[in-house]
Amino acid sequence: MSTAATDYTREFPVVEGRPKAAELDATIAAPLDQFPSRVWWIAISITLSFLSIGAFCIGMTLYEGLGLWGVNQPVSWGFDIVNFVFWIGIGHAGTLISAILFLLRQRWRTGIARFAEAMTIFAVMCAGLFPLLHTGRQWLPMYLTPYPNQHGLWVNFTSPLVWDVFAVSTYFIVSAVFWYVGLIPDLATLRDRTTSKIKKTIYSVFSLGWRHSNRHWQHYERAYLILAGFATPLVLSVHTIVSFDFAVSVIPGWHTTVFPPYFVAGAVFSGFAMVQNVLIFVRQAFNLKHIITLDHLEKMNKVMIVTGSMVGYAYAMELFIAWYGGNQFERFVFLNRALGPYAWAYWTMVSCNVIFPQLFWFKKIRRSIPAMFAIGILVNIGMWFERFVIVVTSLSRDFLPSSWGHYTPTLYDAGILLGSFGLFFTLILIFVRVLPVVSISEVKGVIEGGQPSHR
Amino acid sequence: MKEKQQFSLTALFDTPDEIIRAAHETRSAGYTRYDVHTPYPVHGMDKAMGLRQSRLGIFVLIFGLFGAVSSVLFMTWVTLVDYPLVIGGKPFWSWPAFVPVAFEITVLMASVLLVVTMIVLYFKFPNISHPLHDTPYMKRISSDKFGISIQVDDPKFNEREVREFLYKIGGKEITPVYFDLEDLDHGQTMFDPKFLGVLALTAILVSGATYAVFNQLMFMEPFSWMSTQAKQKAQRPSDLFKDGIGMRPPVEGTVARGFLPYLFKGKPDEAGKNLVNPLFATKEVIERGKATYLTYCSPCHGNFARGDSRLRGQFPNPPTLHSDKVRNWPDGSIYHVITEGQNVMPAYASQISRDDRWAIIHYLRVLQRAHNAKESDLK
Repeated sequence: MSTAATDYTREFPVVEGRPKAAELDATIAAPLDQFPSRVWWIAISITLSFLSIGAFCIGMTLYEGLGLWGVNQPVSWGFDIVNFVFWIGIGHAGTLISAILFLLRQRWRTGIARFAEAMTIFAVMCAGLFPLLHTGRQWLPMYLTPYPNQHGLWVNFTSPLVWDVFAVSTYFIVSAVFWYVGLIPDLATLRDRTTSKIKKTIYSVFSLGWRHSNRHWQHYERAYLILAGFATPLVLSVHTIVSFDFAVSVIPGWHTTVFPPYFVAGAVFSGFAMVQNVLIFVRQAFNLKHIITLDHLEKMNKVMIVTGSMVGYAYAMELFIAWYGGNQFERFVFLNRALGPYAWAYWTMVSCNVIFPQLFWFKKIRRSIPAMFAIGILVNIGMWFERFVIVVTSLSRDFLPSSWGHYTPTLYDAGILLGSFGLFFTLILIFVRVLPVVSISEVKGVIEGGQPSHR
Repeated sequence: MKEKQQFSLTALFDTPDEIIRAAHETRSAGYTRYDVHTPYPVHGMDKAMGLRQSRLGIFVLIFGLFGAVSSVLFMTWVTLVDYPLVIGGKPFWSWPAFVPVAFEITVLMASVLLVVTMIVLYFKFPNISHPLHDTPYMKRISSDKFGISIQVDDPKFNEREVREFLYKIGGKEITPVYFDLEDLDHGQTMFDPKFLGVLALTAILVSGATYAVFNQLMFMEPFSWMSTQAKQKAQRPSDLFKDGIGMRPPVEGTVARGFLPYLFKGKPDEAGKNLVNPLFATKEVIERGKATYLTYCSPCHGNFARGDSRLRGQFPNPPTLHSDKVRNWPDGSIYHVITEGQNVMPAYASQISRDDRWAIIHYLRVLQRAHNAKESDLK
């Protein structure tokens, strides 16, 4: 539909080429029925190697302790927290697509919502790994929860770190529930079309006995709407609370009120870049180009330009307030970010997050797959460096010059970061083979002729 | 063989428009026990079937309020009642800090319980043995057809009439659906050996894993609470030193703080002559002397130094300290006796520090004065 897309007064069709409902079943379920292709095996062997490197580094960390990492005083938060914030941010695009765009009645979301939600869950899994490792005694995670114990102690409910525990675990559970509720009708469809007895048993169990009854759809739709209504403030709260980890402290460069909106915008920004990058491969590999169309990718690029500009505005505002606020420590931190020992990281961040996404103002670039792929990767590099800049520069040089220090990550830090990417992409590769990457029932509802004409 | 028992009569439709009309007709014809099956939610179907609005919202309100109220009450109880703790100089009940957790618990309770309510209460799921399952009808409606199923237990149900009615409103492939006979007479019982086997296996696995984790794994490296450490423990051998002894003797010719050797070993007279109490008889010193006296001296000499020991009869009688002899002793002599011991009394040098010994002497002087008060003391 790229030729007709100039007429923006008309809604473009969400699914291209008028496919029949039965054809959609076949297209979407195809990867589940075929033996994985050679490309898939190559891809999963790469991601599994990354995962094993990460597993090795995590095992060594468990055995030897955090001394293997680059963290020390004064920079006691290093790659672990950077990666945590990065992965949580990646997850936010999924909830934005599935919940916020659902509430805004953006029907084009149907084609990408399922995949984005899955990415949310996998990203939160990767994120959750890091605070647990960061605690040092990774076999005592129950101390993070308020449970009645022999010490008579409770967690400190006024600490942002405890809020984080509640926010991230709630986010994970609610995202997973939301995702599963969306999957039930599709699992029922798969149950009814499969010929394998084992698959049928599995699908039957997980579809819970869904019968596509309208007496059920009625409640199902209401529940989906309510869940979307809850997920929307939830996703905003999660990154807000993550930003509180920094903003509630008194470290210069962290103690700023702009952090919550700035973090949320950055999270959506990086998440969309990741969804766009991965979807480019998925639509190619599984012949879903008519369901995940170029229009989808273009819309995602537009979201990136909006959120990217918001992030750029936040960078500028931080600098302005540091000067305008007149606090000499604050002023120093920002000068130090731009000109100090980590200036390379700062300028990587600024160029990747603020400058390159501006190319999306050009329609040609917005609709060119290689260009958008490259910019998407740059955005994620930039967003990773944003968290690096925030975490490391503020800690390495705070109030007292006598307690300044330099942070150098070790190979174990890098190995665990690589491992988290391995975990993420391994889960995605497994997901695309065992579950429908596009919501079958939702897409059927938005194809042309899918709804009554209301004569 | 049992006779087949019919569940419903079903008909298929091709387009959403047709099914909306068909649902409307079915409702107008007065059928109540029927259902419409569509592969995706079709707009306007609730109205066509005359369904009331879903009441799930009320449940969500209750669950959400429950989450909000219970989490705030819990945090209040923790911070005000169970373990009040001053954090950052803030009040115990600093409500703004409770907002994030209360919000998260509200969302968690409301969404999870909403889904559980919907699935269990409204859908009566999980149920994978409904008569419609595994029918050709179900296979079509879960793909691209739309269907109506009018159940046999509808008060107006009449096989022939319903068949004609479905045909009239445009239904195709009108077929009856029967209960699955196997499902009707449930063969399984609670005492099915297979079920019991799975139960037993689960119990063994769970208890075994619990035992392994809490009694074995938690005491293995590296989860052993740092009990193995590369540090030198007292009285353990060490390879670091030539003599293989971990504890080191003091360097020759040096004296550790507070361990100055006693100069008047075996010379009580000289001690009495030369030693002077280095402490002033202040209130603090006397209090300190009293505490130390009551700990170390009173068991034998008595709480008031009268020689009325609590151990009387088990030990040779200790003397009173109010005798003229002791009263007239210089401080140095008493110090010597405490330090070195006398007759049956052992040396207390290793138990009572030097200053404490002098403090005891001050306290003893107080006792002596109190015991032999002069007329002038009462003025």
